[in-house]
Amino acid sequence: MALWKPDPSFYPSPRQAVSAPPEKLAYLAAFDRSAQQPDAIAVLDVDPDSGRYGQVVGWTDMPYVGDELHHFGWNACSSALCPYAPHPHVERRYLIVPGLRSSRLYVIDTKSDPRQPEIVKVLEPEELAKQAGYSRPHTIHCGPEGIYVSALGGADGNDGPGGIALLDHNTFEVLGRWELDRGPQYLAYDFWWHLGHDTLITSEWGTPSMVEDGLVGELLLGRKYGHALHFFDLRKRRHQQTVDLGDQYQMALELRPAHDPTKEYGFASVVVSVEDLSASIWLWHREGDRSGSHGAASRAGTVGQWAATKVIDIPAEPADPALLPPILQPFGAVPPLVTDIDLTVDDKTLYVSCWGTGELLQYDVSDPFKPVKTGSVRIGGIVGRVPHPAAPDQPLRGGPQMVELSRDGRRVYVTNSLYGSWDDQFYPEGVGAWAIKLDADPNGGMSLDERFFPNGDDFRGRRVHQVRLQGGDASSDSYCYP
Amino acid sequence: MTGWQWLALAGLGAFHGLNPGMGWLFAVAIGLQERSRTALLRALPPIAAGHAASVLVVAGLVGVFQSVLATRFVAIGGGVVLVGFGLWRALSKRHFRWAGMRLSPVQLISWSFLMSSIHGAGLMLLPVLVAGPAPAGMAGMHDHLAAAGASLWTGLAATAVHTVAMVAVAGVIATVVYEVVGLSILRSAWINLDRLWAYALVGAGVATVAVAVSS
Repeated sequence: MALWKPDPSFYPSPRQAVSAPPEKLAYLAAFDRSAQQPDAIAVLDVDPDSGRYGQVVGWTDMPYVGDELHHFGWNACSSALCPYAPHPHVERRYLIVPGLRSSRLYVIDTKSDPRQPEIVKVLEPEELAKQAGYSRPHTIHCGPEGIYVSALGGADGNDGPGGIALLDHNTFEVLGRWELDRGPQYLAYDFWWHLGHDTLITSEWGTPSMVEDGLVGELLLGRKYGHALHFFDLRKRRHQQTVDLGDQYQMALELRPAHDPTKEYGFASVVVSVEDLSASIWLWHREGDRSGSHGAASRAGTVGQWAATKVIDIPAEPADPALLPPILQPFGAVPPLVTDIDLTVDDKTLYVSCWGTGELLQYDVSDPFKPVKTGSVRIGGIVGRVPHPAAPDQPLRGGPQMVELSRDGRRVYVTNSLYGSWDDQFYPEGVGAWAIKLDADPNGGMSLDERFFPNGDDFRGRRVHQVRLQGGDASSDSYCYP
Repeated sequence: MTGWQWLALAGLGAFHGLNPGMGWLFAVAIGLQERSRTALLRALPPIAAGHAASVLVVAGLVGVFQSVLATRFVAIGGGVVLVGFGLWRALSKRHFRWAGMRLSPVQLISWSFLMSSIHGAGLMLLPVLVAGPAPAGMAGMHDHLAAAGASLWTGLAATAVHTVAMVAVAGVIATVVYEVVGLSILRSAWINLDRLWAYALVGAGVATVAVAVSS
């Protein structure tokens, strides 16, 4: 049912969203690697004044097993206020939750009982295949034209290309394939946009056969995983430009564009370089625009080509091969394995998850071309196994993985599982399950919240993947007004 | 047309100008994106042109039909269309596609034309347009043509009055929001005009038919 006034969680601009009230609940994707029990959405109490702070207070099982719930997102968000296609009276109440392995999509209502969300619709893989020609849905974004879903694989036995499907945000029906002209783009992973510039960006991982049974060494050393960014015209749905980072930079995954719609830059993370096992962060921007990208070039009508510049290098750490899983023993080093990054809503701070070395990094990116490291916290890690201060005797496996930020940028939520088969390769003794929270200082620095450490049996044998915050967070909402 | 009809056309223009979906919000967004009030003001003429074109279609059709048919039939037929369209607006949940933030002036005109048309901006004027007497007698073929010509001019004038009022209100709101109030106003003041519009369309249609039948 449409509202009479805009949903109170919608903000016209990122500047206003920063003043949003703190979240009280967080939703987590939890999955059973053995596919014996159903995957679930776990609900965490994140209200520090609550008696059950940091505990799992709600749980919704899926009706099937083996979905491998992964990234998920809201049905509607602040982009609903965009002036050219306004639908401000749609409610933010449904989570769109994809099963990365099953290709199912669940629509889950969080309004009737926010602590006990209810599945209201299940889209079977056949619908995604028939309407859009895709499988393995991965990332969800609420956008001006509806709900956008990226997918890694093709349908009807085709491994690829992966791409983006569009869903109606009222009926949740699959409207079709988003791309009218995908150009040379074949591999898919993440996507987001610059709404103020009608630009959509996509990144590359691999097709289902390249990732579902784990990282394939020959493909990695043969430099076959994705290493390019693609720029599309968001309005015309046409591919415009490919920016290749270089084939040594394997797996260009997470995309975090500036939230300010007048800006034309963003950050992309690369998991590993096959030359030295380092990870890297790249800045995409307009060529010739090194001034913090205020869009001056496009205002003057002299729009340069898109370009990408490496702005952060994170080296591998030498290690005793005896402490390493078989896949890493030949190298005698732990790669940082940057698997997620997140940018605060004010575009000033970037967080980087090093899932291999077990380190969460914080950078001041006020000048996006010159990030300055402002914080580091070690937890878990292939060799380090650093415990949480709430349980100092419990070595932790897995590392900081999905990272989510509150809209005011003061709270950082992190989970530890990457992807079932990859967890097993890098943490063969079991990745465990834990979620942590850090308090961030707006002037730089962060510290673990010792009161917040749901782990192990709290998650009923599931692994935990991604967090979404009630009312929106730094990686869910996009804006049309500066 | 009588004085109150002109007034009503202007009033409805102001009502349309008030609706963020009809263009003032887009003008504000363009101004903010370009960081320039000039850009905001430059967006207004295309928005007005698209709205005028949408309204002119209805005003022109009413004028032409009125000159060859009895006003009463035009009113009843138009009223029924209006009710149907209003119900469709009330029940349908479709929303706008294909547009983006960076439109050329021609694209902005098309956007405004489509936005006004799917919202039934022109149709909402129907009760006012059919309220007056038919512009000429019903005698020969020659008279018909003359009457059609005259009513086209009336339609043009009606469109102009309506559009000037619309763009004046839209321009004032856009400028005030851009310069003074700020966008946070959207969070509290953006009431669901789509629903209100749908009810207004149905109401206007029912009234048009009722008046025509009882007269």
